[in-house]
Amino acid sequence: MSEEQIRSLERQFDERIARDEKIEPKDWMPEKYRKTHIRQMSQHAHSEIVGMLPEGNWISRAPSLRRKVALLAKVQDEAGHGLYLYSATETLGISREEMYEQLHTGKAKYSSIFNYPTISWADMGAVGWLVDGAAIINQVPLCNTSYGPYARAMIRVCKEESFHQRQGFEIMMKLANGSPEQKDMAQDALNRWWWPSLMMLGPTDAESIHTEQSMKWKLKRKSNDDLRQQFIDQTVPQAELIGLTIPDPDLKWNEERQSYDFGEINWDEFWQVVKGHGPMNKHRMKARVGAWEEGAWVRDAAMAHAEKKQERKQKEAV
Amino acid sequence: MKNQNLYNYILGIADNSLILGQRMGELCGHGPSLETDIACTNISLDLFGQVRSYFQYAAKIAGDGRTEDDIAMLRKERDYKNVLLVEQPNTNFAYTLGRQFLFDVYHLAFLKELQKSTDLTLSAIANKCVKEVSYHERFSSDWIKRLGDGTAESKAKMQDAINDLWTYTDELFHQTEADKAMVEEGFGVDVTRLKEAYYTEINQVLEEATLTIPESKYFQKGGKEGIHTEHLGYLLAELQYMQRAYPNMEW
Ligand SMILES: [Fe+2]
Ligand SMILES: [Fe+2]
Ligand SMILES: [Fe+2]
Repeated sequence: MSEEQIRSLERQFDERIARDEKIEPKDWMPEKYRKTHIRQMSQHAHSEIVGMLPEGNWISRAPSLRRKVALLAKVQDEAGHGLYLYSATETLGISREEMYEQLHTGKAKYSSIFNYPTISWADMGAVGWLVDGAAIINQVPLCNTSYGPYARAMIRVCKEESFHQRQGFEIMMKLANGSPEQKDMAQDALNRWWWPSLMMLGPTDAESIHTEQSMKWKLKRKSNDDLRQQFIDQTVPQAELIGLTIPDPDLKWNEERQSYDFGEINWDEFWQVVKGHGPMNKHRMKARVGAWEEGAWVRDAAMAHAEKKQERKQKEAV
Repeated sequence: MKNQNLYNYILGIADNSLILGQRMGELCGHGPSLETDIACTNISLDLFGQVRSYFQYAAKIAGDGRTEDDIAMLRKERDYKNVLLVEQPNTNFAYTLGRQFLFDVYHLAFLKELQKSTDLTLSAIANKCVKEVSYHERFSSDWIKRLGDGTAESKAKMQDAINDLWTYTDELFHQTEADKAMVEEGFGVDVTRLKEAYYTEINQVLEEATLTIPESKYFQKGGKEGIHTEHLGYLLAELQYMQRAYPNMEW
């Protein structure tokens, strides 16, 4: 293809996105679009899968049967999200094995929030309420993103994430209205998860790369700082409603902006965790790589069996 | 308690689902593939759903203010009545699936009989469970065939698991006092009558999986009387942790 032709294809491509048309797997797309989408979508899929670990940590110790069933179902939903996101990413010409390989070698990232430990039952509330809450803020705009398979996966995922968020809030509410010990447990969880949840919405706009291109492709519709403000404005009244205190002495309603002002985020901590040195980074990767390596003989056996079965069928047909 | 036998009988059924559900739940997030992870979690979810129905019924019969959670989480080790088979650990995927398979074949046959119970609550629960457990049984027996017939490594692992777990199969067909009383009253299932068909079906799947049927005639028992393997205590330590550490609270 001549450069002229490519430029014309790119122009048509940009126009289609501007008209809100969806890009489908068989359509022509610029290489950069493909690569950027593989990166973002696989990172999202990995986050779902690694995100199963901190919550999976409490399945065996859930305090009641009802809570155990709800938690199992929630973690299973996350596995389902991982599954459709991996499938959606595969439409861009990368295999699930390659994506796993990138995760296991540290080439691909996942959401840093999952590198914090879940050390009490209240963390199941805080994670659902805040982490799924922040995820929704990030993801709702993606329901209209330009790449068809991603947009469709997000519609399904977002519905379930809102359910998770409500369920997490309900766990917190129950604790906050419970015994003094339960209330302390809830407050402690909020203290530990609040700042990492704010960080989840990404570095400040001044330090964020890729944003302009992502806006054009509708991979991003609002800046990180705007999303963060939206999250804070939405969450502070919820905390007030159940009598918990946001651990930020600088948090104050700003009448003029009709928004909350908030304190300084510790970006050193953010970058430390992103670079692999959070409290649980090594542990999470060990769990993922361990499950994958220990499962190799099972996957090999399933493949060998399928091949043998196929052969037997062919022999019978002859 | 007026209905002590019925109460014990329900616990005998439900504890199997409770303990096996707990074991399957341990794997969530750690399966050999996403698909098997989801399937194992599903089995765990089904089993806990069944447990809730049984224990809600048992709580009603006990009528002393205890809830499903009290019954599930606040008994002493000796008061759990599950068979030894279901408390065996997730040594590897072959053990997990072997345990599941050896239990599912029994569980399905048992539920099909329980559907005929003259106790309407029990037969209604059995009706609901039969669908779920038929799926479990299909899933686990398919995997036995896959792993038995797969590679040399998977065959060896699957054979080891079956050999080790075999010793726990006979207990499934032992009758407790509560069993006998309930059979007499027409509420309960006579498990001794399920034994022959059980081994016929197990052997058929093992053969199809190109595995050897264990010949050992030495069996372990005790679970139904509350005498468990060393594994159960640790499982209960996790299951009961919150209820023990924070007594009398709502969650
Ligand atoms: Fe997500
Ligand atoms: Fe998710
Ligand atoms: Fe979620």
